[in-house]
Amino acid sequence: MTAMTEDTTRSTGSVTVLSAALAAAKAEGRAALIGYLPAGFPTFEGGVRALTAMLEGGCDAVEVGLPYSDPVLDGPVIQTADTIALEGGTRTKDVLETIRRVAAGTGKPVLVMSSWNPIDHYGQERFAEGLAAAGGAGAILPELPVEESGEWRAAADARGLGTVFVVAPSSPDARLRIIGRAGSGFVYAASVMGVTGTRTSVGAQAEDLVRRMRAATELPVCVGLGVSDAQQAAEVAAFADGVIVGSAFVKRVLAAPDEDAAVDAVRELAGELAAGVRSSLSGVAE
Amino acid sequence: MSTPVPDPSGYFGAFGGRFIPEALVAAVEQVAEEYEKAKHDPAFTEELARLHAEYTGRPSPLTEAPRFGAHAGGARVFLKREDLNHTGSHKINNVLGQALLTKRMGKTRVIAETGAGQHGVATATAAALFDLDCTVYMGEVDTERQALNVARMRFLGAEVIPVRTGSRTLKDAINDAFRDWVANVDSTHYLFGTAAGPHPFPMLVRDLHRIIGQEARRQITERTGALPDAVVACVGGGSNAMGIFYDFIPDSGVRLYGCEAAGEGLAARHAATLTKGEPGVLHGSRSYLLQDEDGQTLEAHSISAGLDYPGVGPEHSYLKDTGRAEYLPITDAEAMDAMRLLSRTEGIIPAIESSHALAGALKIGRGLGPDATLLVNVSGRGDKDMETAARWFGLLPEDHSDAQKGQ
Repeated sequence: MTAMTEDTTRSTGSVTVLSAALAAAKAEGRAALIGYLPAGFPTFEGGVRALTAMLEGGCDAVEVGLPYSDPVLDGPVIQTADTIALEGGTRTKDVLETIRRVAAGTGKPVLVMSSWNPIDHYGQERFAEGLAAAGGAGAILPELPVEESGEWRAAADARGLGTVFVVAPSSPDARLRIIGRAGSGFVYAASVMGVTGTRTSVGAQAEDLVRRMRAATELPVCVGLGVSDAQQAAEVAAFADGVIVGSAFVKRVLAAPDEDAAVDAVRELAGELAAGVRSSLSGVAE
Repeated sequence: MSTPVPDPSGYFGAFGGRFIPEALVAAVEQVAEEYEKAKHDPAFTEELARLHAEYTGRPSPLTEAPRFGAHAGGARVFLKREDLNHTGSHKINNVLGQALLTKRMGKTRVIAETGAGQHGVATATAAALFDLDCTVYMGEVDTERQALNVARMRFLGAEVIPVRTGSRTLKDAINDAFRDWVANVDSTHYLFGTAAGPHPFPMLVRDLHRIIGQEARRQITERTGALPDAVVACVGGGSNAMGIFYDFIPDSGVRLYGCEAAGEGLAARHAATLTKGEPGVLHGSRSYLLQDEDGQTLEAHSISAGLDYPGVGPEHSYLKDTGRAEYLPITDAEAMDAMRLLSRTEGIIPAIESSHALAGALKIGRGLGPDATLLVNVSGRGDKDMETAARWFGLLPEDHSDAQKGQ
């Protein structure tokens, strides 16, 4: 919406860092581990520390959630975290600063995941510029269908930012092909029809979707929604290029008595999950 | 206004579109395709017409309100009586059409959001009639202020789920309905209740309510020999207003007024989306939206649960920006006064939602003068609002100390 002024320089994001991390995991013969946590949760500093600990503990990349008032695709766990972050005063600029701190501190790929209106309202060009300047790798925008994504992708592509589309078991092959061409970084395959949250099983739908998506793109295909422990991570890692875990990290933070304990807890979970994605090498879940 | 809206992508000028998760794209496209087939299929159109006549009781009457009109600058005021429809509001028009579509799509369950409970009651009614499972999401705040409608829905066999997230009102009920839909889309149709949401819902809901304006245009022309000077309706999401406006849009001499909820005033808590909002994306489409500088949704407020919504249907944003319609903010107090005035002058108790349109008509009539003719949509009846009204005006014994609040 916001026109760029002519003298605005373009920053360069780090989708290349993301692609390299996914390729490195593949070279090790394993799936990548991607963690999620909203910015500003449990506090601004606590969020930076927790995301950093997740990367140090074994995540190959992280997604930083932009807390939103109406997270229609999120279950109660992540909505609770968003509410805490918003009540703590988290602003869009704080999300970008979180990304900058975590990326600079770890050198690892950091994506943003957001509902559409905060980015639309911030200005698509302006947000892309801010994300690239923060050293972000790209964006996951689950409410932005590929048909509406042209302006964003132009802004992101011009800055070396990935645009990760979410596909669902209900997506027909024809749409998977369109999305496979439009996306960059990786493709996020939703394991089940539903909102975020931990689940006791990750459906067989996920494996079928990964197979169909791979036939439609060269991009890595990572699976999210419902993965909460090492065994599930191992199961998904057996057929996907990456495993995405969100609500389980949020739950650890919510259950922790204080911020130090929360940081330790997410580091520990990252370690367990990292072992899980490696254990599927031998087909034995820990 | 020569190009029909929406365009094939669902845009009304800059507004509308389809901002939804990939998991819902197939379901929303199915609704669009099924509606496109159905509207040219006599099996659908004739069945809907039969239900309108035999079940809803259409056409709804047009009632002249001279004693009320005396307070509106002496203008002739005609009331389109959607309050007399079966279930007590305009909502049944949309619900019957979408219930027929649900059957055509082979789905067995409907879900709905509701604010005042009018859409929930209508949906529960249609679910009973068509043998569909029905779940209604309703903000916890609204279940409290519209307890009678909760009982009505449950009595009709629907499950009512109080929504405890966010502001616990209509917006949050829509969020939870979308969450349900994503998880159960194979069996379930989201019977969306207003002319908002992702394409095709703004068009679909408008079309299913067009009958209000079609009837009213014919009725008022028969009665007065002319078109009205102004058409007035309340706007929350905007379905009753789109329904009565639509067939008057080509009549450039007819002014269209939408009345939105100014709550406690525009400087305080309100739901005046078109007056005070900015364009943004909420619940699947681009439209005016009450939001802060980061694009976070602001909490709306209105005494009327049905207007307590920070968004608005995209076609209203289009009508505002093209100047074809004007939108007036009406406060809680103005609406409640108009509610009482219509009750005492005409013996018609309107819904608090519709009372916003009546309050607008008082202002518009005074501006246009005694030669003017106004058509006002009484979108629903006020039985459900008696507890709120009694408390507002201090009519209950235990409220005696609060009496005179609205005087």
